[in-house]
Amino acid sequence: MSVKFKGIKEIAGSLVLVEGNFRPKYEELVEIELPGGEIRRGRVLEAEEKRVLVQMFEETRGMDASEGEVRFLGKTMTLGVSEEMLGRVFDGAANPMDGHPMPVAKKEMDINGNPINPYSREFPDDFLQTGISSIDGLNTLVRGQKLPIFSASGLPHSKIATQIARQAKIDGNFSVVFGAMGITFEESQYFINELRETGALQRSILFINTADDPVIERVTLPRLALTAAEYLAFEKDQHVLVILIDMTNYCEALREISAARKEVPGRRGYPGYLYTDLASIYERAGIIRGKEGSVTQIPILTMPEDDKTHPIPDLTGYITEGQIIVSRSLQQSGISPPIDVLNSLSRLKNKGVGEGKTRHDHSGISNQLFAAYAKGQEVRELAVILGEGALSEIDRKYLQFAEDFEKRFINQGEKENRDIKKTLDIGWDLVKTLPREELKRVKEEEIKEFLGDGSQN
Amino acid sequence: MEKTQKGVIVKVSGPLVIAENMEGSEFYEVVRVGDEGLVGEVIEIRREKVYIQVYEETAGVGPGEPVVRTKKQLSVTLGPGLIGSIFDGIERPLQKIEEKSGHLITRGIEVPSLDAEKKWRFIPLMKEGDDVSGGDIVGEVKETEILSHKIMIPPSVEEGKITSIKEGEFTIKDIVFEVDKKGYNMTQSWPIRTPRPTNKKLLPFVPLTTGQRVIDTFFPIAKGGTACVPGPFGAGKTVVQHQIAKWSDADIVVFVGCGERGNEMTDVLKEFPELKDPRTGRPLMERTVLIANTSNMPVAAREASVYTGITIAEYFRDMGYSVALMADSTSRWAEALREMSARLEEMPGEEGYPAYLGSRTASFYERAGYVKCFSSKDREGSLTVVGSVSPPGGDLSEPVTQNTLRTTKIFWSLEDSLANARHFPAINWLSSYSLYVDELEHYFDKEVGVEFKENRKEAMRILSEEEKLEEIVRLVGFEALSDKDKLIMDTARIIREDFLMQNAFDEIDTYSSFKKQNFMMGKIVEYYHDGIHSIEEGKSMDEILQTPEIKELSRLKFLSEKEIKS
Repeated sequence: MSVKFKGIKEIAGSLVLVEGNFRPKYEELVEIELPGGEIRRGRVLEAEEKRVLVQMFEETRGMDASEGEVRFLGKTMTLGVSEEMLGRVFDGAANPMDGHPMPVAKKEMDINGNPINPYSREFPDDFLQTGISSIDGLNTLVRGQKLPIFSASGLPHSKIATQIARQAKIDGNFSVVFGAMGITFEESQYFINELRETGALQRSILFINTADDPVIERVTLPRLALTAAEYLAFEKDQHVLVILIDMTNYCEALREISAARKEVPGRRGYPGYLYTDLASIYERAGIIRGKEGSVTQIPILTMPEDDKTHPIPDLTGYITEGQIIVSRSLQQSGISPPIDVLNSLSRLKNKGVGEGKTRHDHSGISNQLFAAYAKGQEVRELAVILGEGALSEIDRKYLQFAEDFEKRFINQGEKENRDIKKTLDIGWDLVKTLPREELKRVKEEEIKEFLGDGSQN
Repeated sequence: MEKTQKGVIVKVSGPLVIAENMEGSEFYEVVRVGDEGLVGEVIEIRREKVYIQVYEETAGVGPGEPVVRTKKQLSVTLGPGLIGSIFDGIERPLQKIEEKSGHLITRGIEVPSLDAEKKWRFIPLMKEGDDVSGGDIVGEVKETEILSHKIMIPPSVEEGKITSIKEGEFTIKDIVFEVDKKGYNMTQSWPIRTPRPTNKKLLPFVPLTTGQRVIDTFFPIAKGGTACVPGPFGAGKTVVQHQIAKWSDADIVVFVGCGERGNEMTDVLKEFPELKDPRTGRPLMERTVLIANTSNMPVAAREASVYTGITIAEYFRDMGYSVALMADSTSRWAEALREMSARLEEMPGEEGYPAYLGSRTASFYERAGYVKCFSSKDREGSLTVVGSVSPPGGDLSEPVTQNTLRTTKIFWSLEDSLANARHFPAINWLSSYSLYVDELEHYFDKEVGVEFKENRKEAMRILSEEEKLEEIVRLVGFEALSDKDKLIMDTARIIREDFLMQNAFDEIDTYSSFKKQNFMMGKIVEYYHDGIHSIEEGKSMDEILQTPEIKELSRLKFLSEKEIKS
């Protein structure tokens, strides 16, 4: 029933201006049929009577202004979802990339979703184990949380992401939705292979947009991923972990489109609505009261020039519930994964640890490790100025502690999956080297329980 | 006969809709947009075209759809039932939205702001034949255990006589009294962008006790005052806001979550009903109104949410209460302004913000104050506004922070470096200020003690001395300092660790009364003066550090209010 129109007047970047006798709807999907029969899709960005600005999802290269035919689909962008999507790989337009046929959709869902009513939210307070000590022990991730990883170029954030995807464990139905924007072919193969080899692919859905795919698809891709995740979480009772990599590419794409529209730029040329736009992605994490499932997000971004005040990490930090920071200096000392635990923060940590969730001593021992490592770092700086010889005995113990902490607690390698008990036990083993009167953050009973009554070495 | 006037949409671009055939539209009139009847507001009129900002998602709306005028300004309904509720940015109760549309907020939902079914017990405070005028209290409703909701005559009513007044159980729609034969129910409607009238503004002179030591002692806020809390993410803005909402001695707290995290609002919703108000022992929710427009809810409604909040706050102020409004975060409000401004293709000011950002900010904060309420009877109320600002990258030179600082009289400077050192609340004691210190002096002298002022000055001096000494220490080392300077360094450390640092999550430490604060500061200053004495008598600093008093000082914060009294 939908009528085709000719009337493409302008093509600029990914924007197409069409004039004709029609009444478009805002955000409506548009198909442009090229003379060869090829169909390219876009959506309405500005709807005016007889005049419409369309943002293409696909390449505009090769489009012919005089010949292209425009068709309005009368609906906004939806994603056909089903459980059959698990184990599959899709591109940024939700077409299968793995050579298998399109899964049969059980339901069509609007990719922009609707905001969760704050009144209907359940506060996230259940532990989610990633198997990485520096996250589980000190910057605990909680189901329904949005906890980004702030990385930078040259750092192994892809490895951390796959490690989490492989190892993450929640009791109950668990799946991973992986959204990759503007990554290289090599990276994309790495993700697929890693997940396939470990069998994690069976419970994962991958959406991949590589660096040479259309830029505009990077803007829709996280929304596709989250729509699939919401379906699994809130209709199929699954606990879904959504990993989005790399949000910096997403923001760049947004800036590119904004510039093409000649919008007034905000900071560093990013559009003024970057905060709102990022929020519309990050805020889709959460738990809904009365539903079994949950959506947990780990967005990963690379900080340009390692700068935390750059608009992308900055605005992300204002929306998300903490951040995990990847450290270049730890990476250089061969610590893997190189997570800077002192600058990282999980805002929901306190809600997700303790008796019945992890272990009763979690809060105490993690505070103790924090304090001791911070002290160790201070001593390390001092040692640089004064030389190690000038340190007092207790300072030397802290210095040694910091070394051991990095080597044994933070460092665990890509393949090691530590459960929370092991993580906490390593923590206790480490603080053993410190004099007992220094252990002010843990309770007396806990010291007795984990370090025994006897004197320490 | 009057026809319902219908306009026609000609263009849709995000939250901005342009319509034609809308002759006679008023500026800021509310309209219903499209087939679904989305709520919108006229924000610009250019000849036959009107520009409408829509408070709901506009996907799927297109040219040709109708726009219906309501001939009303964007208003809130005020009356019993506000307390304990959580509303969205345009005063729709989120609980009712859930009942109607499920867990997700869909569009075009129309729900009444206040429960129209619930019966309230109306107790008249006036009788037939009494002379009244706008703003006068005619009766009351016990809305919660701790709050009597005064029923006032709408401000627009001129002088008149009560011709009838009832007593008993009524819904908010029932007529409960008549003035000159005209019937009124318990509610009134007020346009959110217009400040409610007052008889007179007074200078603030009473502190709003927050129980937060760094605030109350060093940078106190007055009832009717304005404060700005800027800080980078992770510095604890929201915790400071929550602490004030929890512990301040305001009668009513209106908390506006403007473009912030959804889970934070859930936290408040979960926590406040369980927390007890320190003065009355009743759940905090019984004095709280929440406005939630989380960051993923429509951007235009975010702009309205702070006005919705402040109008509700003014309404309670008019009853003679002390009201505190928390807005977290005003940066998101400013960003909403910027977004709409860009879509209107206005000439941008600094960093893309509209040129009127400053005047809008100022007129918002100006709605705070200590006032003689609008009424023919004498009654005082206050409205305190605390706005947090989220400066990008923690850079305070950005326009929102600067415009806010020009208006507010308090600056609580939250700093990243303090937060990283786990010094909470991360309010910098050297760069923050409060311009109310002098105005509140009289109150402190009388109610807390004359020594309070002196001790604060002394503590402040020690802290600023510390900063200077630290530079010397960095150059030549701690040992090179004189004993007196060492004592200053040590006392400053005690002030920082044992007074300024306060654990919001510790049962006792989370709140300190003025009495306790005065007691603690007194002890610390005493330690310093005794130390000076000892040094003059020839004791060394090492000896002073051995005194058992030091240990006691670090325990002060964990003394309960009862132990302080004895």
